[in-house]
Amino acid sequence: MSVGLLYALAGAALFAIGLAGLLALPHLLRKILAFNILGSGAFLILVGLGQRDGSVDPVPQAMVLTGIVVAIAATALALALARQLLELTGRMQLPEDRADAETDDA
Amino acid sequence: MRRVLPVVIVALAALLGVALAAAMLALPPHAVRLPDDVAANIAVSGVAHPITAVLLNFRGYDTLLEIAVLLLALFGVLALVKSHAARAAHPAHPLLQTLARLLAPLMVLVAGYLLWVGASAPGGAFQAGAVLAAAGVLLRLAGLLPAWAAPALLLRVGLVLGLLVFIAVAAAVLGHATLLTYPPALAGGLILTIEAALTLSIGLTLAALYLASTEVRP
Amino acid sequence: MSAALAFDLLIIAALVWSAARALIVADLFRGVVLFIVFGLLMALAWARLGAPDIALAEAAIGAGLTGALLLDAVGHLRAKREPEA
Repeated sequence: MSVGLLYALAGAALFAIGLAGLLALPHLLRKILAFNILGSGAFLILVGLGQRDGSVDPVPQAMVLTGIVVAIAATALALALARQLLELTGRMQLPEDRADAETDDA
Repeated sequence: MRRVLPVVIVALAALLGVALAAAMLALPPHAVRLPDDVAANIAVSGVAHPITAVLLNFRGYDTLLEIAVLLLALFGVLALVKSHAARAAHPAHPLLQTLARLLAPLMVLVAGYLLWVGASAPGGAFQAGAVLAAAGVLLRLAGLLPAWAAPALLLRVGLVLGLLVFIAVAAAVLGHATLLTYPPALAGGLILTIEAALTLSIGLTLAALYLASTEVRP
Repeated sequence: MSAALAFDLLIIAALVWSAARALIVADLFRGVVLFIVFGLLMALAWARLGAPDIALAEAAIGAGLTGALLLDAVGHLRAKREPEA
């Protein structure tokens, strides 16, 4: 098993963790953390699979470089939106998640 | 029912992870060998480092759109900021201030070096821009830079300069060939020009993403 | 098991562990710190994959700037004394 394939498998694990966190956690900041972990897993898969025969491939590496910059742009915008929601509603959760939790406690 | 949902989600995500792993282990060998294509064409690309060549020459269109996306995200953040009054800088502990004043020029120097060396070794516009942004964040944390929400003209020019220079070069070579095909004799100089403008813009934009979303705490 | 393979397995185990803990731990501040640790470990992973450019960018942008943004958000949240989930 080459280094690339090993890290691609790690990327698959991170992808699963990030996806589960994004869908299951109600708090918006944790969703943003999970989204970043999801992205990092996808980047590892992209480069790892491209280099699974042991060579160094510059094209997926350039794509991941682009992806990292876009990820921080999305994170910054998501944080600004989450803070705006905090400003307006006083909670860091989406209204539908909060409604679910309330009917659950009732 | 609602208590069970997170467990179901985690189980399904684990299933997806296992399926991905199984698919990866069953992949056949490569059908297309892109590193060979890159190595064959790098002599005419204008730079010696393959990743810079891919980013700024072979896949230059992707980088152009990426800069536009970064700028769009900044517009979104600026649109969400509540008050447009300039938020003053509260100077921090003198030790932090001194450290910031010492480190910031060094970081600008490192950014310039990363920009220059990107043509032949790991480096380039994004890494240099990130170091510049880090200098901006450091100055903000030391209280030497005010948080801002309404950029003045000079700052606005700096923010869009990278995208504009990139588009200008793309338009200039459009008459020569297809989009973003640099003439081989000028490729090195054009790439350096674009990267320099990109470094400034990326540094300012990333710093702005931090500066515009923070506020002064009493 | 060669040293390189052992090192890779160690990095991957630390990556998965810090990612999972960052999402699960009760204190949000600790979660963000674990996320920054995750970002720096990713930089190590990129170095192992022969991608020094990505390692530089991940350490500066992925761990550094994203970490700064998240820490500021957590501080803002605490200042508003928001009950954290």
